[in-house]
Amino acid sequence: MASQQLIVVGGGPGGYAAAFLAADLGLSTTLIDPEVNPGGVCVYRGCIPSKALLHVAKLIGEARQAKAWGVEFGEPKVDLARLRAFKDDVVKRLTSGTGQLVRHRKVQYIQGTAELVDAHTLRVRKASGGEDTLTFEHAILATGSLPAIPPMLKVDDPRVMDSTSALDLPDVPKSLLVVGGGYIGLELGSVYATLGSAVTVVEMTPGLLPGADRDLVDVLARRVNGMMKAVLLNTRVTQMKAEARGVRVTFEGEGVKDQAREQLFDRVLVSVGRRPNSKIPGLDRTKVRVNDRGFIVVDKQLRTEEPSIFAIGDVVGEPMLAHKASHEGRVAVEAIAGQNVAFEPRAIPAVVFTDPEIAWAGLTETQAVKEGRKVSIAKFPWGASGRAITLDRTDGITKLILDAASEQILGVGLVGPGAGELIAEGVLAIEMGANATDLKLSIHPHPTLTETMMESAEVFFGQATHVYRPRR
Amino acid sequence: MTDFRLPELGENVTSGDVLRVLVKPGDTVAKDQPILELETDKATIEVPSTVAGQVKEVKVKAGDKVKVGQAILILDNGGAPAAKTESKAAEPEKPAAAPEKTAEPPKPAAAAPPPAQASASKPAPATANVVDFSRGSRPAPEPAPSIPDLPLAPAAPSVRRMARELGVDIDQVPGSGPSGRISVEDVKAHAKRLVTGAGTADANSGAVPAAAEPLPDFSRWGEIERQPMRAVRRKTAEHLSVAWATIPHVTQHEYCDVTGLEELRKRYAKQAEAAGGNLTITAIAVKVIAAALKVFPQLNSSIDMAAEEIIVKKYVNIGIAVDTDRGLLVPVIRDADAKNIIEISVELSQLSEKARSRKLSLEEMQGGTFSISNLGGIGGSFFTPIINTPEVAILGISRARLEPVYDKENGQFVPRLMLPLSLSYDHRVIDGADGIRFLRWVVEAFEQPFLLALQG
Repeated sequence: MASQQLIVVGGGPGGYAAAFLAADLGLSTTLIDPEVNPGGVCVYRGCIPSKALLHVAKLIGEARQAKAWGVEFGEPKVDLARLRAFKDDVVKRLTSGTGQLVRHRKVQYIQGTAELVDAHTLRVRKASGGEDTLTFEHAILATGSLPAIPPMLKVDDPRVMDSTSALDLPDVPKSLLVVGGGYIGLELGSVYATLGSAVTVVEMTPGLLPGADRDLVDVLARRVNGMMKAVLLNTRVTQMKAEARGVRVTFEGEGVKDQAREQLFDRVLVSVGRRPNSKIPGLDRTKVRVNDRGFIVVDKQLRTEEPSIFAIGDVVGEPMLAHKASHEGRVAVEAIAGQNVAFEPRAIPAVVFTDPEIAWAGLTETQAVKEGRKVSIAKFPWGASGRAITLDRTDGITKLILDAASEQILGVGLVGPGAGELIAEGVLAIEMGANATDLKLSIHPHPTLTETMMESAEVFFGQATHVYRPRR
Repeated sequence: MTDFRLPELGENVTSGDVLRVLVKPGDTVAKDQPILELETDKATIEVPSTVAGQVKEVKVKAGDKVKVGQAILILDNGGAPAAKTESKAAEPEKPAAAPEKTAEPPKPAAAAPPPAQASASKPAPATANVVDFSRGSRPAPEPAPSIPDLPLAPAAPSVRRMARELGVDIDQVPGSGPSGRISVEDVKAHAKRLVTGAGTADANSGAVPAAAEPLPDFSRWGEIERQPMRAVRRKTAEHLSVAWATIPHVTQHEYCDVTGLEELRKRYAKQAEAAGGNLTITAIAVKVIAAALKVFPQLNSSIDMAAEEIIVKKYVNIGIAVDTDRGLLVPVIRDADAKNIIEISVELSQLSEKARSRKLSLEEMQGGTFSISNLGGIGGSFFTPIINTPEVAILGISRARLEPVYDKENGQFVPRLMLPLSLSYDHRVIDGADGIRFLRWVVEAFEQPFLLALQG
């Protein structure tokens, strides 16, 4: 019976980051995952393949826009098989890379699924057949999350897809219903819309991207409304039936006041959220506790109530984001290695890779209002950015949420092309405890969109070069 | 010949009352030697000399009001080499002074700035003229600047992580940078202050409170239960770890014959009760210790390793360890030397009651100069109490017991009520001989309370 200092269950960005750091710190480490190589949902069926497709969608969008700039390409001809192959190749390159890193670091990689026997023993059912029993000093559970499908939306028909099957790009349906106006629905919905589908988005709440600041979402919503056939807000799906000609969907709510309550779609994408994958076999043989929302309960060091077992990533709580999981994984390993560390970030960036992108980090304006905190808001409209004008995309906003008294930067919100890249500076500013003056006094390169960060700080002082505000 | 004038004392201090002049004509004065005790509206400070030489004349006396710049001493320093150094040191640091110098040589009178208006126009310049302010006794030994009110401690992730590793709460660290930004050095300095209670020269010498070896998995050997540490327990653990790690403790034990005192105690218990107190051994001990500290002021001090100074407190505040259901709390009886035993017993009852009903304010637990821990109510004979840092000594009291004591005069054993006392002291400031002298004085005061009136 082999014994390891650390076993990591789940090879997503959280799990493999943890296993790699553990190996770097000299711990004998095993990583268990059902896939051939580490990568998890993110690399195989999530962030990465969707970004490959969104990149292509962006290209098509810009090619169409180019007409206004005097360049015409004609209507694009999409070879779905080639597009799929490109996406699959991206995934393959990345996962073979992580596979190589596993070998270089001498991490023992077992392709299979794990079952807990007790607080120090695991049984692995190997993909190649057979079982192994392993003992460990510590384990990290990094089992991630799964698409959540409410019972009424559960239809056993390939035309009703979740994010995984939608990424397989089976075809470009004439009509597609996206259930859920969150980031997955909007990202994949815009891919299909760009490829030629008539997309309808249905969202239960009054707005797209619940949780994000409305001023940012409004910018995106304007574009989404133009791109999609319809966006039905305050509307829910009450019934879904697979028929020979398509999927018949019954709606209820504000969005169908003037429209048919029953509509037929060629395909449906259900993207109403994700649920933690905490149904780990044998978990009940340990003291690990799962809360009523299905998340594994951990402390600030990511330790479960079973002292030898840690848990990280989607399975321990929101936000379910790869970069949060990786950071947690590293903290957990450092804690296991005896370091006095804790997971205590001040800003976990969130990015929605639509066109335009939305990104935020730290405190949102919505949250500040809800908590009644005294904040100052400084907004820089991209209409005043030289770079945005050269891109013919002046619909963006850069926004700072500052502590009213100390001028410390507590949050950053962005909407516009490239917002996902720009937000990193905001994260650094928040983590470093920077204030508006620090941002204002840091020279930003011209002409770039990053200048909007600096100029939003200048707006705060009423002295932005490119925004005139009459003195009050 | 040179003058010693009252130098700038920093922090907007422009004048003060002379409490005592520490030198007289004919004395030889070295640089940094205390010259006089000055009472300002902020604190009582010892003013050190900025020059060296032989005292020719003392121009002030106790009770005088003196201003910054006013002449205090006239010194003969034969050629005045020290004065030269002084005038150089007093020259304000001006990086761009070079062109001026070609036009005019530096003023030799710089050592003696014109009195009031100069200091008033310069609130607290960082020139060499500002003397070390930390010499005299002052109420708070904590030199930490205040913490700005920020929603997030302005510290980089690397700094925050280091703080955590050192067991320092980043929210408690005062930042020295612009807008209160916290640097690695600020965290280290704060950790030092935590370790020493005030500020020491070397953090590496002191163990860091939170550092601990990783624990084994105890559940491997049987059932365990993890209980969260409550605030009082955590605080006690941190505080005592620091005390134990930084203070070289010596504990001295001694028996004390309280047969006579016990009779007195019983006789006057009713009086205390009528006043709302309880005439306990602890209450009497507070009075005895307060008196003893007047006789042995070095046990009423704190140690400032960073400044290489001993801070002797001119006030006597006695902390009493109280056992509560939340853990150990130490309320403080202020100015115990000015109170009689009945007053102390009343205050003690009130404080103990407050401690147990969780009504004790933070202020009521601060400012102690010496602590007493009485475990006698429960039992035991002798223990080694841990000093309540930054204090330098603590008295442990155990249970009084009837013991056979040999009576030389009558050649026989007689039953006497013997009280075991244990004095732990900080060996850095208190030598063994002083420790036992103090304890002997305490024992004799218990045995012969007349001493309290005689010497205390």
